[in-house]
Amino acid sequence: MPKAFFVDTSRCTACRGCQIACKEWHDLPTTATKQNGTHQNPPDLNASTYKLVRFSEHRIDGKVEWYFFPDQCRHCLDAPCLEVANGYVEGAVIQDKKTGAIIYTDRCKQLKEDECEEVTEACPYNVPRRNTGTGMMMKCDMCIDRQQAGLIPMCVKTCPTGTMNYGDRADMLAMAEKTLVKVKKEYPRASIVDAKDVNIVYLIQDTPERYYEFVTADNSAVGLPMSRKNFLAGMTKPAKRIFG
Amino acid sequence: MTNHWCDIENADSIMIIGSNAAEHHPISFKWVLRAKDKGATVMHVDPKFSRTSARSDFHVPLRSGTDIPFMGGMINYVLSNKLYFKEYVANNTNAAFIVGKDYKFKDGLFSGYDKKTRTYDKSKWAFELDDKGVPKRDPSLKDPRCVFQMLKKHYSRYSLDNVSKTTGVTEENLLKVYKTFAATGKKDKAGTIMYALGWTQHTVGVQNIRTSAMLQLLLGNIGIAGGGINALRGEPNVQGSTDHCILWHILPGYLPMPKASMPTFEAYTKATTPVSHDPESANWWQHKPKYMASLLKSWRGDNATAKNGFAYKMLPKADDGEDYSYIFLFDRMYKNEIRGGFVFGTNPAQSVPNSNKARKGLDNLDWLVVAELHHTETSDNWHRPGIDPLKNKTEVFLLPSAQRAEKAGSISNSGRWLLWHYEACKPMGESRSMGNIYVDIINRVRGLYSAKNGAYPDPILTLDWPSFYDAEDMAQRINGRFTKDVEFKGKKYKKGQQVPSFVALGDDGSTSSLNWLYSGSYTEEGGNKAKRRDLSQTPMQAKIGLFPNFAWCWPVNRRILYNRASVDANGKPWNPAKAVIEWNGKKWEGDVPDGGWPPNATGKGRYPFIMRKEGHGQLYGPGLQDGPFPDHYEPVETPITSHPFSKQLSSPCYKSVKSDMDKLAKPGDKRFPIVLTTYSMTEHWCGGGETRNVPTLLEAEPQLYVEMSPELAKEKGIDNGEVVVVESIRGKVEAVAMVTVRMTPFKVKGKIIHEVGMPFCFGWTTKGVGDATNRLTPAVGDPNTTIPEYKACLVNVSKAKKVTELV
Repeated sequence: MPKAFFVDTSRCTACRGCQIACKEWHDLPTTATKQNGTHQNPPDLNASTYKLVRFSEHRIDGKVEWYFFPDQCRHCLDAPCLEVANGYVEGAVIQDKKTGAIIYTDRCKQLKEDECEEVTEACPYNVPRRNTGTGMMMKCDMCIDRQQAGLIPMCVKTCPTGTMNYGDRADMLAMAEKTLVKVKKEYPRASIVDAKDVNIVYLIQDTPERYYEFVTADNSAVGLPMSRKNFLAGMTKPAKRIFG
Repeated sequence: MTNHWCDIENADSIMIIGSNAAEHHPISFKWVLRAKDKGATVMHVDPKFSRTSARSDFHVPLRSGTDIPFMGGMINYVLSNKLYFKEYVANNTNAAFIVGKDYKFKDGLFSGYDKKTRTYDKSKWAFELDDKGVPKRDPSLKDPRCVFQMLKKHYSRYSLDNVSKTTGVTEENLLKVYKTFAATGKKDKAGTIMYALGWTQHTVGVQNIRTSAMLQLLLGNIGIAGGGINALRGEPNVQGSTDHCILWHILPGYLPMPKASMPTFEAYTKATTPVSHDPESANWWQHKPKYMASLLKSWRGDNATAKNGFAYKMLPKADDGEDYSYIFLFDRMYKNEIRGGFVFGTNPAQSVPNSNKARKGLDNLDWLVVAELHHTETSDNWHRPGIDPLKNKTEVFLLPSAQRAEKAGSISNSGRWLLWHYEACKPMGESRSMGNIYVDIINRVRGLYSAKNGAYPDPILTLDWPSFYDAEDMAQRINGRFTKDVEFKGKKYKKGQQVPSFVALGDDGSTSSLNWLYSGSYTEEGGNKAKRRDLSQTPMQAKIGLFPNFAWCWPVNRRILYNRASVDANGKPWNPAKAVIEWNGKKWEGDVPDGGWPPNATGKGRYPFIMRKEGHGQLYGPGLQDGPFPDHYEPVETPITSHPFSKQLSSPCYKSVKSDMDKLAKPGDKRFPIVLTTYSMTEHWCGGGETRNVPTLLEAEPQLYVEMSPELAKEKGIDNGEVVVVESIRGKVEAVAMVTVRMTPFKVKGKIIHEVGMPFCFGWTTKGVGDATNRLTPAVGDPNTTIPEYKACLVNVSKAKKVTELV
């Protein structure tokens, strides 16, 4: 049974324990950041940031809402990045059968810069980043090393509030559905994001565009000329994902 | 905390006020959210909408420094709508006590005020006593001079209208909180209050907290599961360091500091030990001489005897009426009255108010010893920006100290739990633990005194000082030992063995203990109980998430303080579903009761508030410096010139120092129309000396910012993300503008008042992050604790013309 995360953003306090712990576990370097008028830092995912808590704030009908989104690779069931990358270099990206984790192997370094760009473009969630120094494609590896050693992923281990949950996919999906019923009472626009297609299953309290542009694979609502989902579907995806 | 972290889960209503718990105590929200899952309402009352507000049911913005009106309004609401828990109030609080005729309150001042000294003669507030010396009572609560009636009268002025136009909270929002929280005045409901520095750091800090004690007593929320007043302490061991007397005015275990007017052990115990004439009052502090004698014995071993007053005379004494806290310490330093000193685990150049003055004060030192993990603004004060290091005379010794994972020892968390941590790895390089550094320094000093026989060597040479630091040995000394062979409760103990609890401590020199509160933590039977990780519990304990065998809790492993107030006179819990203790006819079950006496109906019981002389929770608190009832006073720097509660604008007793650098903006000063509040954040700890050196944390929060409302930003023509200058009468600070809907303008007495907020963790030793926010804050303090008013002062904000601190 593949593993999955259930990320209940309605419990997230944006303590960023996950963001920091991810960096510490993977021994990733930091980048020089600036205060730009938001708590979100680094400003975006990058080659040394696999996990980033995104902040978005709103005054909706006079009420302040502050939404937090601990962003990371969704570990798609049918990962477009895998298909694109392996089209250029066989075995650049693999899917671990046991956990369902999408893993970038060392062969990614053989991808040319524009090919890497295509890999990033193919990702409906805009996750993979290229390390310009090593040429390696970087993103969350679902702490495959920890999982193989019988430990739970670092971000889940660190989370104090129950936002990050990890377990068998079926259990996580059940947990998501159950939680949604509860959260919807207070937040009727709440939803579960792309549960059928991904192993990192998010619950969001409000419409995706109130978080940021790549919350769902279908981001046509945010006004891009052509939604990424359609773009990539035309390229590589089977029909079920175009209409599903 | 009267209760503890896990117990928050038991609350039906949670009011977080004066705290940003989700950001500053992230783990607390594990328990808050569990309570919420079970249906609790979580309310956040705070000037700023923070990560705490985001996870609360609702947020109520409140102007900084107006917590007493907010809480006073709730007390008034509870009293006028008769929502209090009458039986609890009548029996467990001093509501029935008759206040003496000298007590008066008029226009913001209590009787006994001396304008010249800015102090009160507290004897004017005393209770009326009967011929046995016991306070007179009217159990019907009808006597016009009983506390209950006085309380009603005092808070009748705190109408919704008055409160709203002072706090800036709409009447609708006031009622929303009042109704929700007051609903916990029922037997089967519990409400908890979580507070932190947002309450303490005011010139009315102690009285802010008093309001919660009063409200919780009225609602019967003290002593019960899911109730209490829960102070969320700063770092993991702030509780432990306070218990072990990090503050100047106490000795370990909250024993008072000896004063010049108490020259002998007898004089000390006589002056500081309360006497009760009420046989039903446990008056626990009557045992103070035993705890003091044992403390002195642990300091000097055989050199302390009953005959020599346990060598009390050798202790340094504080001058009566003098204040030795930070504000005054740095004032003396600034006035060149201090030659040198040790700074361990703190960064005063960053965290003392009016830090321009504090930094200049440090310049006057001949020598300074700093023990730290990293260079800080304190250790490196001698070459701070704008200073010529060649002209600075201070000789600085920077001792590398071990990080907490590099040493073993105990910490006491906010819930008073003593938890052992182990050395995960050896200290780096030459760094050592603080204990190790300190023990060795004193041993060297002792060596020098032995060899050279300096002036008055006795206090140093008679110490029972270890030859090397060992955390385990220190934990044993804290618990205390028998100093001779004795029999206690039918059991024989040899000299040198651990005492089983503080009940065994004596005033005859038979015992030693470095801290009576921790007696029982390390015993012959149980070993080092801070190491316990056993989750076993009885079904009754399981109902309230009480784990008596996990770690150890002071006092005597009692997890919920004042728990005798959770039961009726027959020992039956008010709320059987969440019982803390229960009398089974022979003994108490559940938590460790506040004294093992049988229930009060037997006539052999004791009142539940055993640490009070009279045994009752204090609705009326005649022991404080600034009045027995909290009343509203504006912060020392306030944007308004009058308030509806009295003509007394600011606290008549607040503490301050005078120097050319201690300027204060006048009330309503047009040059500084904006309120500034300061705070910490999740990513950095306190002054940031440690966390700015952790790259991942600095990456997440890289630079000083000032949070302001879009309305204020528009008024000032400031864009989000641009650098501004924040200026008070004392200094200027550069910060990045964070324009956010999470800050709200307040409507106060019909006018709009803006408030901005800044963290204080950024300092110049980390390049380009900004420098001390505390260059803006005033050195004024609470009359009881002298804690500085970091939470409210006056500033102005403008676009920066030139940026120097953030590049």
